[in-house]
Amino acid sequence: MQDNPYQVTTAHGFCMAGTTVKNACSIRNLTKEYVLKSETVRALRGVSFDVPEGDYVAIMGPSGSGKSTLLNLLGCLDQATSGELYLGEDNVSLMTDDELAEIRSRRIGFVFQSYNLIQQLTVVENIQVPLYYQGRLGAKDRQRCIELAKRVGLGNRLDHRPTQLSGGQQQRVAIARSLVNDPYFILADEATGNLDSKTTAEILALFDELNEEGRTIIMVTHEDEVAERAKRVIRLRDGLLQSDEQNAPEDRKAAAERAMQLATEVA
Amino acid sequence: MLFLRTLKLGVKSLMLHPLRSLLTVLGIFIGVASVIWLLAISEGISREAQRQIESLGADTIMIRSVEPPSEKMAPSGVTPYGLTREEFDMLVRTIPTLRTAVPIREIKRTFKYKDRQIEGRLVGSTPDYAEVTRLQVDRGHFITDAENFLREPVCVLASDVAARLFPYEDPIGKRVYLPEHTDYYRVVGVLKFRNDSAAIGGSMEAQSFRDDIYIPIKTLQQRIGDTVVRRAGASFSGEQIELNQITLTVQSIDDVKPTAELVQAALSHHDAMEDIRVIVPLELLEQAQTTRMMFMVFMGLVAAISLLVGGIGIMNIMLATVTERTREIGIRRALGAKRRDIIWQFLVESAVLSVVGGITGILAGLACRPVIVLARDLISSAYPETIAALPEVVRNVTPTIVPISIPIAFFISIAVGIIFGLFPAVRAAQMNPIEALRHE
Repeated sequence: MQDNPYQVTTAHGFCMAGTTVKNACSIRNLTKEYVLKSETVRALRGVSFDVPEGDYVAIMGPSGSGKSTLLNLLGCLDQATSGELYLGEDNVSLMTDDELAEIRSRRIGFVFQSYNLIQQLTVVENIQVPLYYQGRLGAKDRQRCIELAKRVGLGNRLDHRPTQLSGGQQQRVAIARSLVNDPYFILADEATGNLDSKTTAEILALFDELNEEGRTIIMVTHEDEVAERAKRVIRLRDGLLQSDEQNAPEDRKAAAERAMQLATEVA
Repeated sequence: MLFLRTLKLGVKSLMLHPLRSLLTVLGIFIGVASVIWLLAISEGISREAQRQIESLGADTIMIRSVEPPSEKMAPSGVTPYGLTREEFDMLVRTIPTLRTAVPIREIKRTFKYKDRQIEGRLVGSTPDYAEVTRLQVDRGHFITDAENFLREPVCVLASDVAARLFPYEDPIGKRVYLPEHTDYYRVVGVLKFRNDSAAIGGSMEAQSFRDDIYIPIKTLQQRIGDTVVRRAGASFSGEQIELNQITLTVQSIDDVKPTAELVQAALSHHDAMEDIRVIVPLELLEQAQTTRMMFMVFMGLVAAISLLVGGIGIMNIMLATVTERTREIGIRRALGAKRRDIIWQFLVESAVLSVVGGITGILAGLACRPVIVLARDLISSAYPETIAALPEVVRNVTPTIVPISIPIAFFISIAVGIIFGLFPAVRAAQMNPIEALRHE
C-alpha cells in the first residue's frame, strides 16, 4: 500500500513542490446506486478526487447532487456500488460491516448538524464514546477526553449533560468527540446548520484553528459563507464532480473577518 | 472493565424511565416470586399430607368394618355385619408375615365422673394397639395382656379426656362411669397428646384420638357385647359388630402388598355384602407422591405462565426502547459500534431488568412462610368460621421453600431477560446507521 498510485498526486498549489504528502482519503471513480422499488437511482456516477492530509475541503451541491451519498461513503456508513475509496492506506471498498465499524471508531471524526450527542452521558463520556468501542477506558483515555473538552472551551462543564448545554456548546462537544480517536479527517455534515451566526463564527474559527494544527477537515455544506472558509471547494451536480477549486488565502481571510464582524454586530 | 461500563450504561439508560423500568421489573418479580411461592405452598401441603399418611404407618394394613348399603340390610331388626373375632383368629393363624395383629372395637359412649360428663369413644383393644397407633403413655400404663385375659374393668384415658373429666385431680385409680351400661371402669393410665390422623380420600375418615377411652377388648366383649343400641331422640338404632377394625403390621415394607392381597383373598366372602374395606397406607403414600408430583408440575406451569407474561413485558418495553432510541443507535454505529456492541448494550439492559426482578422476587419468595402464617392468623382471628370450614390440610399448611426453586427461579429470570431481550436487541443492531441517524 506504500506504493499507492493515488497517494502522492495533488496538483493543488498549497502543497509544497517536491514533498510527498499522504492522502487522508482518496476516491476513484466512485459510484453508488440505490434500488427503489423497480427504479434504480444513480446517486453517484463516478467521482474521483484526493484529499491530502491537512486539507480543508468544502463539498457543495444542490439537493440530489449526491453530496449526502458521498458523505455516507466517506464516513464508512455505506458501501459504494463500484470504484475505490482509500482512507489513509485502507481500502474501504472491500471491508465488511464489522471492519467498517472498526474504521469509524479509529479513523473518522464525525460532526453532525444536530450534534448527535447521547443524552444519558456527560460531556466527558460523550467524548469518550469512540474510544469505548475500541475498549479504551483507562485513566489515560479519560484524561485525553478531559483535555479535549478543555481544548474546545468546555473545561468547566465536564460533567454536564447535553440538555444542560447550548447548541454551540453541544457542537463543541461533538468536535472534541471527533478528535478523540485522532482521525484521518473530521467529517462535518452541515456542522453550523443549526447555529446562529455568532456561534457559527465561533465554530468555524475553531475549525480554522484545528486545520492550522494540521487536522484534515471535510465539510459538507450548502452555505457559501461556510464554504468560503475552506481551502478548497468541491461542487457536485447530478452525481458528478462539477468543479474543484481552491479558495485564495486572501478570500478566506476576508470571509473570516466578515463573519467575525457579523457576529459582533449581532452581539 | 468493558462489561462493567456496559452495565453502568445500561443502568443509566434504564434510569431515564424509572417508572417504566420499575413496572417491567414488577412483571418478572411477580413471576419469580410466584414460582417460589407456589412451589413452597404445594410442597407444604404435600408434606403435611404425607406426614399424616405416614402417621398411619407405612407397614400397616387396616381392615375396617363399614356399614353396608341399606338395600343389603335386613328390612327390620339389627343386621350383623363386619369383621368377626373368628376371622381375626383365622388371619393371625394363616398369614405368616404378620408382626402384630390388633382387633379393635369402637363405640360412641357417654363418660361421667362425678358431675362432669363428656361424649367420647370407647375403644376395646389389645396392648399392641398403643404401639400400632403410636400412642404414648404419660402416666400409669396401657392395658396389659393380663388385664385383657382377666377381662378386668380397667381403662386408659386419652390426654383430652383426662383433662376434661379430671381437671383437678389425678385420674389414676379413679372410676369412670358409663351411664349407658351403668358400669364403672378404673383408670390405670393416661396417654400423651397425639395428632389426629389424616382423612384419606373417601376410604378413611380422619381419626381423632382426643376423646378416646381404651379398655381391654375382652372386657368390652363380656361387659358390653356386640350389639349396642343408640338412642337418637325418640327412635333407637342398633348395630351388631364384633370388630370395627383389624390393624395388621407386617415384618418389612416389602411384605405389605402381598400380605394385603392375601388378606383381601381371605376375606373375599365379604365382597357380596360390601361391609369391609381394606386400607393400605403404603399405597396411599405412593399415590400421594404421584399426586404431589402432578401438583408440582401444575404449579410450575402456572408460575411459568406468569414468567412468560413477565418476559413479554420485557420484550415489549425493549422494543419500545429500541424505537425510541433509534437515533442513539445511529450515533453509536457512526462512532464505531459494531452490530454485536449494540446487541450487547440492549441485552444487558433487558438482563438487568430481569435480574433485578429475579433477585427481588427471590427475596419476596423467601418471605413466603412468615407472610402466609401471618395472613392465616389474621384471617382466623377475623373469620374463624371460614377457616374452620377449610380442609385440615389447607388449614395447617406451612409453606416449605424448596431450596432448588431459588437457583431455578434465578436462572429462569436471566434466561427470560436474554430470550426476550434478544429479538429487540438484534432488531436494533440490524438498523441501517444512516437511516437511524436521520430518525427524529
